[in-house]
Amino acid sequence: MSKKFLSGNEAFAEGIRLARPQVISAYPITPQTIVVERLSEMVEDGSLSAEYVHVESEHSALSCAIGASAAGARAFTATSSQGLLYMAECLYYAAGGRFPIVMMNADRSTALPWNIYGDQRDSLSQLDSGWIQSYAENAQEALDLALMSYKIAEDKRVQTPYMANLDGFVLTHTYETVDIPARGQADKFLPPYETDNRIDFDSPKNMAFSAGPDTNCIFKYKEHKGLLAAAEVITETEKEFAEIFGRKYTGLTENYRTEDAEYIIVTLGSIAGLCRETADKLRENGVKAGVVRIRYMRPFPNKEIADVLRNVKAYAVLEKDISFGNEGTVFTNVNSALKKAGVDVKGYNFIGGLGGRNISGADIGNIYTSIANGTESVNFIGIGGGDNGK
Amino acid sequence: MRPYIREKKDFSFSEVPENTSFEAGYLTTVNSGWRSIRPVISAAKCVGCEQCYLYCPDGVISIKDGKAVIDYDFCKGCGICAKICKIKAIEMEAERK
Amino acid sequence: MANKVADSISREEYFYGHKACAGCGGSLAVRAALKVLGPNAVSVLPAGCMSAVGFNFPQLCFSNNSIISTFAGTASMLTGVEAGLRARGYKDFTAVGFAGDGGTADIGIQALSGAIDRNDNIIYICYDNEAYMNTGIQKSGLTPFGAKTTTTPAGANIHGNIRPKKNMFEIAAAHDIPYAATASVGYIYDFIQKVQKASQIQGTKYIHVIAPCPTGWGVAPDATVDIAKEVVDCGLWYLAEYENGTFRLNHKPKEFTDVSAYLKKQGRFRHLTDDDIQIITASRDKKWEFINKNFEL
Repeated sequence: MSKKFLSGNEAFAEGIRLARPQVISAYPITPQTIVVERLSEMVEDGSLSAEYVHVESEHSALSCAIGASAAGARAFTATSSQGLLYMAECLYYAAGGRFPIVMMNADRSTALPWNIYGDQRDSLSQLDSGWIQSYAENAQEALDLALMSYKIAEDKRVQTPYMANLDGFVLTHTYETVDIPARGQADKFLPPYETDNRIDFDSPKNMAFSAGPDTNCIFKYKEHKGLLAAAEVITETEKEFAEIFGRKYTGLTENYRTEDAEYIIVTLGSIAGLCRETADKLRENGVKAGVVRIRYMRPFPNKEIADVLRNVKAYAVLEKDISFGNEGTVFTNVNSALKKAGVDVKGYNFIGGLGGRNISGADIGNIYTSIANGTESVNFIGIGGGDNGK
Repeated sequence: MRPYIREKKDFSFSEVPENTSFEAGYLTTVNSGWRSIRPVISAAKCVGCEQCYLYCPDGVISIKDGKAVIDYDFCKGCGICAKICKIKAIEMEAERK
Repeated sequence: MANKVADSISREEYFYGHKACAGCGGSLAVRAALKVLGPNAVSVLPAGCMSAVGFNFPQLCFSNNSIISTFAGTASMLTGVEAGLRARGYKDFTAVGFAGDGGTADIGIQALSGAIDRNDNIIYICYDNEAYMNTGIQKSGLTPFGAKTTTTPAGANIHGNIRPKKNMFEIAAAHDIPYAATASVGYIYDFIQKVQKASQIQGTKYIHVIAPCPTGWGVAPDATVDIAKEVVDCGLWYLAEYENGTFRLNHKPKEFTDVSAYLKKQGRFRHLTDDDIQIITASRDKKWEFINKNFEL
């Protein structure tokens, strides 16, 4: 194990080096680009042995990764925002074909208006594409997820592609000291990719075929079950990871001071840290505040969410996303989890950080105050101006 | 060898593959019902030049003992073979139902 | 009576039992190419006729490893398959793509250009039936001038498609590709020989084969090969290669057969006026001026 001062992007690239992908398809887009730059350097200096393919678009980036995975190779690509949307067709394709590709997505706003800064509308718009979706909070977690991602995605019970989301700039470009696992240990943790879902010259295959109404539903059901199975495999993988590398993760969600909490903010990504700080401050003043960080949006932590929110007085979902004409998508998912579990508590949605807009500690403090006092169902933070959107 | 008709046509839940990958060249249905006319090869005339074999879009013609023979399970009756045959060893005849 | 060409390719059938229309030129091109490339060919086919007719679980008509790509992704998936197999230590295989005219010249041209730019070791075969046939005969970038399609109707005001075919062969060559060729299923020996040649060359190979669609062209199913030959004989298509920076014409008709006769045989051209045919003939002559000037014989 060694320590390095790395940005989120660089930490993720380090994790990918340890995971030994055999094919990397690379296309630049801010704020992801540093990942494919670092990987190209690793291939150049020989520390990573992979076919590095300079594709001409994101659609080709994922299409190439699917081809490589169909050849039985471990494949990696990375993207962000417009690029994710441009390759959207291939997202569904990779998931339907059960190709356990790993892709890093630097969460970034989507045009229009053009904006390169972080929000999560890009990846959250693709929740239905059949990918596992993780949301890292810091560079260390990003690195660790990069290594764990293949083990989860490639598990026979799962066979599902994995999208590792990092908040654009806030995480991708922020430096911190990270532990880098030793190569030998990483190899022990993650063995080479083995699959039957591949081109085979001894027993040829026809792949990515059509399936009519008689069997289509069965394929889709199995795809669904595979993604659901990821929850269990994530837990197992994190346990093994902790045994080898000593860092513990907490599955689909991470709870902070929730045991006795009366007011909880449910959020995801890098903003969770500021939420925890704010909760600490509020607790000094006697407010029983807590934080739930969703680490995986797919598979969705239905049970975990219901369990942790069951006894609160009110909860807020803070997200950098809006499903126009309705509410934030995370809010919809959280509410569905509660409804299914028969949990009836007051919940409010806070949409913030769009296009990189700062969310301050004061904003978060206000969220706790608002949900204690009651507010509108869907609230926007930081619309700005004296009239604040009125 | 060429792909051949398999007995197993219907797949239960557990038999449907987990992913979209399955044995290559797995046929469950024939194409013979498509034909309204069928090519008939005159063994007496055929010289085994293989022109029909090369030009058949369905690959249903093969050469046995120097003569062209047709796999009627998969011939669609397009008639290309009859047209391509320079010595007119193939006649298109009405399909007998 | 031995046929040397037939003896030079596999006796196996790799594309069999498919549901292509009777007399389908595209299926002939795919079948012939796979018999050249043999069991270690890995074929990639985008959404389109040949994938629609060959890959309906559990009826799977390719006996070699084959996979459907996204419509735009033939070349990029070929790249991935080739890189993935190479990364896994395989050497003795051929990654070959079969895409139609729309999949090649329209939606797939970007990925194709990228693959040629990288000089990926693949063979890309465009089976050109001159319209989006799988969806019911809509105009593509390779639909010829004057052709009636379901999106270029022939009426009193507009006589079918108003734009000429893109020249994909020269577009591929403009990348300075190691090998590019044109072909026609009407000259199957020439096509087979070109696939054989492509399989021996390192880097990206592009073969553009005219493959008539009886349904879309409005000809009888048994006319496919004849009409694919005639399009070459009347000079509206040509058999050529590009290699080492040089264009070479493989077949020069002594004199062209009648363009009008070629057109009038086909339902898609039947509406053309004498003036329209004059435009087509003039454009053919202009193209041949260029060929005679720039192509070696």
